Amino acid sequence: MSKSFFIDTTLCTACRGCQVACKQWHNLPAEQTTNRGTYENPPDVSFNTYKVVRMHEQVIDGKLQWLFFPEQCRHCIEAPCLETAADPEAIYKDEATGAIIYTAKTKGLDSKEIIESCPYNIPRQAPDGTLAKCDMCNDRVTNGLMPACVTTCPTGAMTFGNREDILKLADQRLAAVKKTNPKAVLIDAKTVNVIYLAAYDPALYHKNAMASATTGPGMTRQMALRKLFQPLTRMASHIG
Amino acid sequence: MTNHWIDLKNADVILVMGSNAAQNHPISFKWIMEAKKNGATLISVDPRFTHTSSKADIYVPLRSGTDIAFLGGMIKYILDNKLYHEEYMLNYTNAAFIVGEAFGFTDGLFAGYDAQKRSYDKSKWAFEMDEKGVPKKDPGLKHPRCVYNLLKKHFERYNTKLVSDVTGTTEAQLLEVYKAYSATGQPGKAATIMYAMGWTQHTVGVQNIRTMAIIQSLLGNMGVAGGGVNALRGESNVQGSTDQALLFHILPGYLPAPPASFGSLAAYIEKTTPKSNDPRSANWWQNRPKYITSLLKSFFGDKATDQNEFGYGWLPKLDDGKPYSWLDLFDAMYNGKIKGFFAWGQNPACSGANSNKTRKALAQLDWMVNVNLFDNETGAFWKGPGMNPAEIKTEVFMLPCAVSVEKEGSVSNSGRWMQWRYQGPKPMGSSLPDGDIIMEIGLELKKLYAKGGVFPEPIVNLKWDYMTNHAFDAHKVAKEINGYWVKEKKIGDVTYKAGTLVAPGFALLQADGSTSCGNWIYCGSYTDKGNMAARRDATDAPNKIGLYPNFSWCWPVNRRIIYNRASCDPKGQPYNANRWVVKWDAEGKKWVGDVPDGPWPPMQNPDGSQREDGRYAFIMTKDGFAQLYGPGLNDGPFPEHYEPLECPIEKNLFGKQRMNPTAPVFGADADAHATCDPRFPYVCTTYRVAEHWQTGLMTRPQPWLLELQPQMFVEISEELAKLRGIKNGERVKVSSARGSVECTAVVTKRFKPLKIAGSLVHQVGVPWHYGWRWPNTGKEESANLLTPSTGDPNTRIPESKAFMVNVAKI
Repeated sequence: MSKSFFIDTTLCTACRGCQVACKQWHNLPAEQTTNRGTYENPPDVSFNTYKVVRMHEQVIDGKLQWLFFPEQCRHCIEAPCLETAADPEAIYKDEATGAIIYTAKTKGLDSKEIIESCPYNIPRQAPDGTLAKCDMCNDRVTNGLMPACVTTCPTGAMTFGNREDILKLADQRLAAVKKTNPKAVLIDAKTVNVIYLAAYDPALYHKNAMASATTGPGMTRQMALRKLFQPLTRMASHIG
Repeated sequence: MTNHWIDLKNADVILVMGSNAAQNHPISFKWIMEAKKNGATLISVDPRFTHTSSKADIYVPLRSGTDIAFLGGMIKYILDNKLYHEEYMLNYTNAAFIVGEAFGFTDGLFAGYDAQKRSYDKSKWAFEMDEKGVPKKDPGLKHPRCVYNLLKKHFERYNTKLVSDVTGTTEAQLLEVYKAYSATGQPGKAATIMYAMGWTQHTVGVQNIRTMAIIQSLLGNMGVAGGGVNALRGESNVQGSTDQALLFHILPGYLPAPPASFGSLAAYIEKTTPKSNDPRSANWWQNRPKYITSLLKSFFGDKATDQNEFGYGWLPKLDDGKPYSWLDLFDAMYNGKIKGFFAWGQNPACSGANSNKTRKALAQLDWMVNVNLFDNETGAFWKGPGMNPAEIKTEVFMLPCAVSVEKEGSVSNSGRWMQWRYQGPKPMGSSLPDGDIIMEIGLELKKLYAKGGVFPEPIVNLKWDYMTNHAFDAHKVAKEINGYWVKEKKIGDVTYKAGTLVAPGFALLQADGSTSCGNWIYCGSYTDKGNMAARRDATDAPNKIGLYPNFSWCWPVNRRIIYNRASCDPKGQPYNANRWVVKWDAEGKKWVGDVPDGPWPPMQNPDGSQREDGRYAFIMTKDGFAQLYGPGLNDGPFPEHYEPLECPIEKNLFGKQRMNPTAPVFGADADAHATCDPRFPYVCTTYRVAEHWQTGLMTRPQPWLLELQPQMFVEISEELAKLRGIKNGERVKVSSARGSVECTAVVTKRFKPLKIAGSLVHQVGVPWHYGWRWPNTGKEESANLLTPSTGDPNTRIPESKAFMVNVAKI
């Protein structure tokens, strides 16, 4: 059974311990940033930044809300990037955990195509074309640890575990939050392994909080075609 | 904290005011969120909508420096609507006490004010005594001079209209908070307050907290689970350093520092030991002679004898009436009166108010020793902005010291938990633990003074045996702090042998020199059962409210919630049976649950008759009651709203006295201040962010943290940005009467202009984590270049949280 994250944004205080823990575990260099008139930094996910806490000031029903959204790869159940790459040596799924893993061989992929295939606009490339994103701390997880971001979260906004248990927890929290926030939703819970609970319309949290309509998880025509030819391409790559 | 971190989960209402706990105490939100899951209401009151506000059920703004007006309005609301916990108020507070005729309050001043000295004659505020010397009481609350009626009269002026005019909070917003909070006056309900520097760093800092203490006492929220008055400490061991007296006015364990006029130990004891003539008042400080004597025995060992007053004469004395606080020391240094300086584990060139003055003061020194992890703006001040190294004679010595994780020892957290930590990595290079540096300096001084010198006794006679194999030994110090029997003594049937540790606690400390104790409140922390602070048993107590009594150790005597007998009715039964703290077991004739505030039985028998062997609940006060009226502070027995040194309105709408009449004001050029000055029209406050710590010495050089918060910034409202033509993200200059700082403008909806006395007032805010040494552009500077040289008249903490600035495009 695959693993899932549950990210309860109603408990997130944007302390950004998760951003630092992620960099620390993956030993990623800091980016040279400037203050751009916001607490949010770095400005976007990147080859060296897998996680960014998004912050948006929204006036909802006449009341100011500061919405926090710790953005990361959703580890889609049917991952469009994986399907688009169609090269298991570059992008594969660890069937034991459900983690979608990028390898050094992503360098050989059409990075623009991969990035555009992502309904959440997550993968980013190095100058040499290699792609990177959140790897679910798969090395930690397969050794019995929690992902670094989950371990560091002080409020319990992030939890991680077997998908079945996480879905149950997510449903319980949704029911509780709905009592005060009737518009609360679990974002794309059926199609991803990183399930966010949003108290308001997800679009208010971040433009990519929800899968975009054009490249939603599930099959685009292009992907369906690729899938059709998948055995062939795979074989070809093996021969090559 | 009177309570502790985990206890936040027990609250029905949580007020966060004078703090941004979500950013600066992130773990607290684990417990706040648990309380919220249980249905608690979170209230955030802050000039700025913060990370804490983002999680609050109720957020309301106020003008920086107007908390007493805000809370004074709540006191009036509670009294007008009789929302107080009546039984609690009558039994546990001094509401019924009768105040003497000399007390008065006119035109913003209490009786006894001396304008020349800027101080009060506090004898005018005394209670009226009966023939036995016990304060007179009127349990019917009819007497016009009983505290209840004086309180009512004092806060009569604090109506929502006037409070709103002063604070800028609308009347509807005020009422929303007052209603939600004072609902916990219902017996069995609990509300807690979480505050930090947003309350203390004002000319009315202590009175801010007093106002809240009055509210908590009226509502019956002291001593209960989920209640209390909770100071969130800004560093991991600030509680510990305060307990160990890293302040000029106290000795370890909150014993007053002696002034020169207390010329003998007998005089010190006579002057500082409170006397109560009420047999039912525990008046715990009556034990002061035991604690000071045991402390002297700890300082001077065998050299402290009955004949020499245990070395009392060797203690340094304060000149009478002269303060030696941060502000005063740097003022003296600025005026060339202090020539040498140890900057130990601090960065005053960035951390203290009015940093320009501090930096100039450092240039007046002959020498400075900078004990720190890294070189900093203090050690390098001579090559800092505006300095000409050729003109500076100060010789600077750098002593590199070990970081906390490289040392063994304890830290005491906000909840008074003393937690032992083991050494991680060894100190790097030639850096040493602070303990080793102190020990080595002490040994060298002893060698030098052994050859002679002016008044060598205090140094020569100092017991200085905390090393093992020439290295500082944290266990030896911890045991010294706990205390030893130094002479064999028989008490009742038990004989205590010399050389054994005092246990279980300070009740055994003696005034005859048979015990030594480095800090009476820590007595019981290291016993023959071992190092109690190192305990890690995660089993909860039977009452299951998160006390975890065998995890670490908590002062005093492992009591996790202070004044816990007040959580029960006078018969000793808890007001809330589901989250009880202690309760009287009549059959076992003892309290069960948390460690109670003393072993005495409850005040009443089950049939309601009074028990003479009972003791009042508030054992640390002389009379045994929570002080709605507190005649001990320097600025008045009741809190009163005064404007900050620098404010945007000409007049204090509450009275003729504009600012706190007892707050310190300094007169050097560098102390310039400007109130209601069109050059500095905006209210400014300072704060911290999660990503940096204090002056940023440990966080600015960390690339991962600098990535998150790379630059000094100023938060301004959209309205002010429009007014000044400032675009989001552009660099601007923030200036005050004392200095200026370049900042990146963060234009936000989270600041809103407020309507103060009919005019629109803009507020802005700056973090104080930066300094010119790093990042190496040299452009990210300390917010304390802006803050004023004034502070609270009781603690003399600087007023960094309310002052006036301008914000302009560069």
